[in-house]
Amino acid sequence: MSIAEEIGSWSVVFAIVGSALRVSTPYLFVSLGETLTEKSGRINLGLEGTLMMGAMSGYAVSFSTGSPWLGVLGAGLTGAAFGLLHAGLCSLPRVNDIAVGIALFIFGTGLAAYLGKPLIHPVAPRLPDIDLGFWSSVPSLHAALQVNALLIIGILIAPAMLWILNNTRWGLKLRTVGDSADAARALGYSINGVRATATAIGGFFAGVGGAFLSLYYPGAWTEGLSSGQGLMAVTLVIFARWNPINCVFAALLFGGASALGPALQAIGIASNYYLYGAAPYVLTLVLLIRTSSTKHRLFGAPSELSINK
Amino acid sequence: VIGAAISRGPEAAVLTAGAVLFALLAFGIFVALTGVDPLAVYRVLYLGAFGSRFSIETTLTLAAPIMLTALCVAIPARAGLLIIGGEGALVLGGLASVLAGVALAGAPASLATPLILIAGAAGGAIWIAIPAALRQFRGVNETISTLLFNYIAIALLNHLVSGPIRDYAQPLKPTSWSIPPAFMIGTIPGLSVHWGLVYGVAACLVAFVVLRQTTFGFALSILGGNLRAAQMAGLPVAALVLTAAALGGAAAGLAGAVEVVAVHGAASISLVVGYGYAGILVAFVARQNPLAVVGAALLVGGISASGGLLQRRFGMPDAASTVLEGCIFLAVLASNSLYGRLPFLQPRSAETK
Repeated sequence: MSIAEEIGSWSVVFAIVGSALRVSTPYLFVSLGETLTEKSGRINLGLEGTLMMGAMSGYAVSFSTGSPWLGVLGAGLTGAAFGLLHAGLCSLPRVNDIAVGIALFIFGTGLAAYLGKPLIHPVAPRLPDIDLGFWSSVPSLHAALQVNALLIIGILIAPAMLWILNNTRWGLKLRTVGDSADAARALGYSINGVRATATAIGGFFAGVGGAFLSLYYPGAWTEGLSSGQGLMAVTLVIFARWNPINCVFAALLFGGASALGPALQAIGIASNYYLYGAAPYVLTLVLLIRTSSTKHRLFGAPSELSINK
Repeated sequence: VIGAAISRGPEAAVLTAGAVLFALLAFGIFVALTGVDPLAVYRVLYLGAFGSRFSIETTLTLAAPIMLTALCVAIPARAGLLIIGGEGALVLGGLASVLAGVALAGAPASLATPLILIAGAAGGAIWIAIPAALRQFRGVNETISTLLFNYIAIALLNHLVSGPIRDYAQPLKPTSWSIPPAFMIGTIPGLSVHWGLVYGVAACLVAFVVLRQTTFGFALSILGGNLRAAQMAGLPVAALVLTAAALGGAAAGLAGAVEVVAVHGAASISLVVGYGYAGILVAFVARQNPLAVVGAALLVGGISASGGLLQRRFGMPDAASTVLEGCIFLAVLASNSLYGRLPFLQPRSAETK
């Protein structure tokens, strides 16, 4: 095989890798955010709405200020506000966190579409590429390694979050609240306060994930921007077993799986396109079935989580 | 957990009505902030939902499938399950009904159409019984698994209609084979609303009677209230959980079958328009009461129906109705915290804090 042919067959792989890296960034941010929220003992199933609000507000801020990074900040703050709304409602007695999540999913996607109506045509400044492939003379590899700074930031946040959870006073407090509300109460911690903080930070991350969608890839605001990345957050976290480092791998796997179908179609293998797309969901289901038991809680899950009860 | 949402009597009605009014008020403030007269919006909401014969028919048509998908939440909720898989069960029901319809080609319609509807209900029942069995025997959380099942169902639909059961004569979008036109059901005489509405209302009434008046319904509510008590009383817990889930799935599957035999005549991605998620909203607004589901579905159907008129009159985005529905959902959930706090609704002997 000549070198040119060899590069030709590799270019499919490069295309999948490049696409996986692009697609996985929002998965990474929503899963990191959800991990933190769930570590405090709450589930936020409404991150899809938060993601859409982040995408819309990030695009709006980038358009009106000319700075995509201010857009990312605006998206994060909008997400945090949605997180606080979730936390506030869940702190009321007899209010179920999963139901609030579904309600915020409907409310957030609706509100984003409503407020984002005037943003469909304007073109906002996008986030820049980082050229990690500068050393390569192979164009397809070079293109695959054009990554976004948010991906790098997300990958750096993952170990930092793990360290904070395991080695700081605040991390211990968060884990205590998530594993035993009674113990936390005995220690005098404010359970609702800790959970509100964790949910707000989780919302911030989901908002940033949304800004990636509108400001980088696909890189424009539309109502149908998200393909359910926010709804998948809960699944990703189960897959990552509530470990931020694993969130990176889970996000890459989910991103890779959703990139596999289009890449295979591009080289003429069109059959079973949609079944490949469903692979992450089936894998998560298999993982859930293997690790669940009627006798003990889900392995690795915080004990206070409502899905354990 | 969901037990808190299940309640009876005037307290639930007052709290829900109050929550809906609060949501309407919040929505009015929201549109006022965007520069639209809220009173005019309320008027158009009413006109678009119930103001004319045409708008009433649109409301009823939209409410019909939502009643059925809401039962997919409300019936299992009695047994303490939080199922959010209505969207997937509707898709499976639609697929099953298409396969049945194609297989029955040549049979008399009076025989085929009921069988198609039964096939749809069976498809949905099996689809939701699987997550219930996984919960009962493996401890897999049913909310998460039914969420995953929605994605798997949609992928299965996309896969089947773009290859194995695709009708290549339909050029616009991937669509399955069509059922014979003779098997399609028409509209209710005197109304341009298809028979799905009758099935929806009937299913809600039957569910209400079964849950309230039968030993099965009583056993379910014991199970939903206290698993330990149900086990101690020797109730067949596994059978009850599976039956409740299957009945809910059957309702959503029937919704999919009705979409096929009354609207599309075939399966395609047009089945996935969010009826499953609207059903979750309706079930919570109805506080998991099947009779109240009818009213809540009319409310949500009416809000959706008036979306077009809001758009034409005020140039509002069509997402306006989704925003209002989201407000109502949030307000109803928040109102759960007021149970037992409204002194005028408490029995005399109860202490009020």
